Amino acid sequence: MTTRLFGEPVARREDPRLLTGQGRYLDDLGRDALAAAFVRSPHAHARIRDIDVGPALDVPGLVAIYTWEDLPERVGRALPLLIPHPALTHGRTAYPLARHVVRHVGEPVVMVVAADRYTAEDACALIEVDYEPLKPVVGLEEAVQGAQLVHDDVPGNVGAHLVQEVAAADGRGAREAIETAPHTLAFRLDIERSASMPLEGRGVYARWDGHDLRVYSSTQTSTSVRMAVAAALGLPLPQVEVIAPDVGGGFGVKIVHPWPEEILIPWAAMTLGRELKWSEDRREHFISSAHERGQVQYVRAGFDDDGRVLGLDVTILHDHGAYTPYGIIVPIVTSTQLLGPYKLGAYRVEFSAVYTNTVQVTPYRGAGRPQGVFCMERTMDKIARYLGKDRTEVRAVNLIQPEEFPYDQRMTFQDGRPLIYDSGNYPEMLRMIKELIGWDDFVRAPGRGIGIGCYVEGTGVGPYEGGHVQVTSDGRVHVSTGLTSQGQGHETAFAQIAATELGVPIERISVVTGDTRRFGYAVGTFASRAAVVSGNAIALACRKVREKALRIAAGALEADPSDLQITDGVVHVVGAPTASIPLSTVAVLANPLRYAFDEETAKATQFSGTASPDRPPVAEGEEPGLEGRDYYSPIRSTFAAGMHAAVVETDPDTAEIRIVRYAVVHDCGRLINPMIVEGQIHGGVAQGVGGALYERMVYDSHGQLVNASFMDFLMPYATEVPHIETAHLETPSPLNPLGIKGAGEAGVIPVSAVIASAIEDAEGIAIDRMPISPSELFGLRTAHAR
Amino acid sequence: MEHEITLVVNGVARRVSVPARRLLSDCLRHDLGLTGTHVGCEHGVCGCCTVLLDGQPVRSCLTFAVTVDGRELTTVEGLAGPDRLSPVQRAFAECHGLQCGFCTPGFLCTVTALLAENPAPTEEEVLEGVSGNLCRCTGYQNIVKAVHRAAELLAEES
Repeated sequence: MTTRLFGEPVARREDPRLLTGQGRYLDDLGRDALAAAFVRSPHAHARIRDIDVGPALDVPGLVAIYTWEDLPERVGRALPLLIPHPALTHGRTAYPLARHVVRHVGEPVVMVVAADRYTAEDACALIEVDYEPLKPVVGLEEAVQGAQLVHDDVPGNVGAHLVQEVAAADGRGAREAIETAPHTLAFRLDIERSASMPLEGRGVYARWDGHDLRVYSSTQTSTSVRMAVAAALGLPLPQVEVIAPDVGGGFGVKIVHPWPEEILIPWAAMTLGRELKWSEDRREHFISSAHERGQVQYVRAGFDDDGRVLGLDVTILHDHGAYTPYGIIVPIVTSTQLLGPYKLGAYRVEFSAVYTNTVQVTPYRGAGRPQGVFCMERTMDKIARYLGKDRTEVRAVNLIQPEEFPYDQRMTFQDGRPLIYDSGNYPEMLRMIKELIGWDDFVRAPGRGIGIGCYVEGTGVGPYEGGHVQVTSDGRVHVSTGLTSQGQGHETAFAQIAATELGVPIERISVVTGDTRRFGYAVGTFASRAAVVSGNAIALACRKVREKALRIAAGALEADPSDLQITDGVVHVVGAPTASIPLSTVAVLANPLRYAFDEETAKATQFSGTASPDRPPVAEGEEPGLEGRDYYSPIRSTFAAGMHAAVVETDPDTAEIRIVRYAVVHDCGRLINPMIVEGQIHGGVAQGVGGALYERMVYDSHGQLVNASFMDFLMPYATEVPHIETAHLETPSPLNPLGIKGAGEAGVIPVSAVIASAIEDAEGIAIDRMPISPSELFGLRTAHAR
Repeated sequence: MEHEITLVVNGVARRVSVPARRLLSDCLRHDLGLTGTHVGCEHGVCGCCTVLLDGQPVRSCLTFAVTVDGRELTTVEGLAGPDRLSPVQRAFAECHGLQCGFCTPGFLCTVTALLAENPAPTEEEVLEGVSGNLCRCTGYQNIVKAVHRAAELLAEES
């Protein structure tokens, strides 16, 4: 059994339980708990005149009904603004239950607790809320006119306005560079809303034993939920534990916290002294969690005869929905990651984050990048078309070259740190994608086109993650990290790292994530960061444990630690395999005992003769136990990259769009588990196909989400997703010990750009919207023919 | 008003008292404690709640428990053999056909029924066969691969 597992397609250790129905998702817990349900606003914008709970009081099984008025001051406060930013001058967040005004359909107004969910919903149906409807603000362009306001004290509905500008080498700004460029183009792009839409919705389950609170949440950050809950409930942090059980997908929406329910359910559980659970249903997820993507972009580009971009000026209207709990991370990411693998002459980007009476906008896989990449890649295609050049040729002249790393884009990234690309090889990547899709040999025909899209993704953002590794006296290795898992295979990938670092068979390693009882300091799983940040932290913790194990074993074997290595869980002298001691025994020796509990541990007791009577049993500077804890805090993000290409066919009559081939070249540095990375890419591409062709949130003029079900919000089935051909380039990151970059979001990022590029090629019509449906393409054809 | 019903779940007769409106999915999960069957949309589109009713895949979220009184049900908990996972389960693991695992029980039940009816499906038949189940993680490629692999394993072991 080899323990060099880093880089191997190791079978997932999560799978046996998930394949047999033994997973423990949020709603699988707390079988005897009371159930909560919510009365949610049917209006996009309204003042609450009165709430009459009277008719619900006789429902058998009803336990409690709460409105905002019933909440203690601390619990009823506005939810935190998680990521403040100086440009977010008018940040606004919701209250756990609506206070006087509702600002989108789905906002929670009343919480009902009952014996079961059926009963709770019965009671909800009988509660009468008297609303005074206000005129809703729907649509970006209507919102910025500011005739109606989402928040009375936010003029023009603009929550944030930010300009970032990078001058050309000669000091000229983007606008001047464009004015004086040999060629210029100006155009507008429209990007629709979509949403993370994990198949398991959100959910919270809380238990209060009179002193300690335990909360389970289907979250991407249990440590931060814990801090938010402790603060809202006024509890000392050590009395609160938060656990993310098996989580049925996240894709961004579950990084937001605390959700109203994450405060209300624990509070009510404490107040009532009863276990309480709430599981979000699908309609609730559509209208009361979060969406993303919606933007309008106004673009101006100036370029030379080769297609080199001399100046780019982008103005973005970003639809932020009703609230900004996650700050302005999404438009910041759009603005900065728009640059992709290119070095531009000068760049100016300006965005306004705009409030509307719709569901709030927070990151969804890709987190603003799909919009930025759509903008840049549409620009590249338009330049190529204008100059009559091959689209890959225009990209090639703009690429950052391998010898130019680290490459400073001279902007501020989403982590507040400089946007400096650590490593990459973009020309090689372009060569690979052209070869993989057969770009140069592609035979164009009416209704058959080829497209390309390139991106760079900042991954592995800080501030930090930690890892704890403990070897117990049975020789097992227990690894924990604070961030959470939603299907990324962390139990496998982190075990591979530990197996490789420690020289222990993977079967003896177990990994726990997202449980504050095991690891209290963490940030969370988002921004393609888990493998980079926790992976490196675990590797560093393993190195500490290894060093300690070798030190103790050296004493026992009377050898020099530098002559020792660990193979299959046994420490031995290099070249003398019989001079050895198993890690289990090392773990025993690491913990001097007074009391033995078995034969093995008897070796560590005080009369066993294994310790010198002249020294304290635990030497100065040492700690008992064979364990280690370490943290990895990256100086900056590490930048993964990829290029995708596709062949599409469009039906001449129905305008139906079929993806015939889809190819991906991907570089996330060193791969821990190529099978898992490919799985992440496949899933990302499928979500990208949804965003490119199907998914949109359709609001009517009253602010009603008219497609709030899986019947009408079209997510791809197996029949809609093409076979994905994948190739990897491995450019290690110089920033972290393992040389890895993140991979979680990659697949989704360029897909809309790629499909638009291919449709445009097939049809000869500019594609400036995402998604594009057959009827929209049909409309474009009709307009084009006139 | 409650109704006494008997469901034969994974070969075991289970008596349970439920109101007429109790969904089969809720009955399995909350009354019988078989939480492997998941609920993703409660309107019959996602397929997470798929179970086998007398061998045929059905949406347990669109079925009232009282309507299947006396019938035989197989849930994900009943797919494995006494000593090891079923060929479909093994194929999903081998081909990395699952990530978060939430939709997986529905796919496993659907595919088990599909291969019982058609032991050697073509690519088109596999796509069609799983096109009633949503997965938000995998992009389906490895699920489709797993179905073909499961067909191979079933053929080898029959």
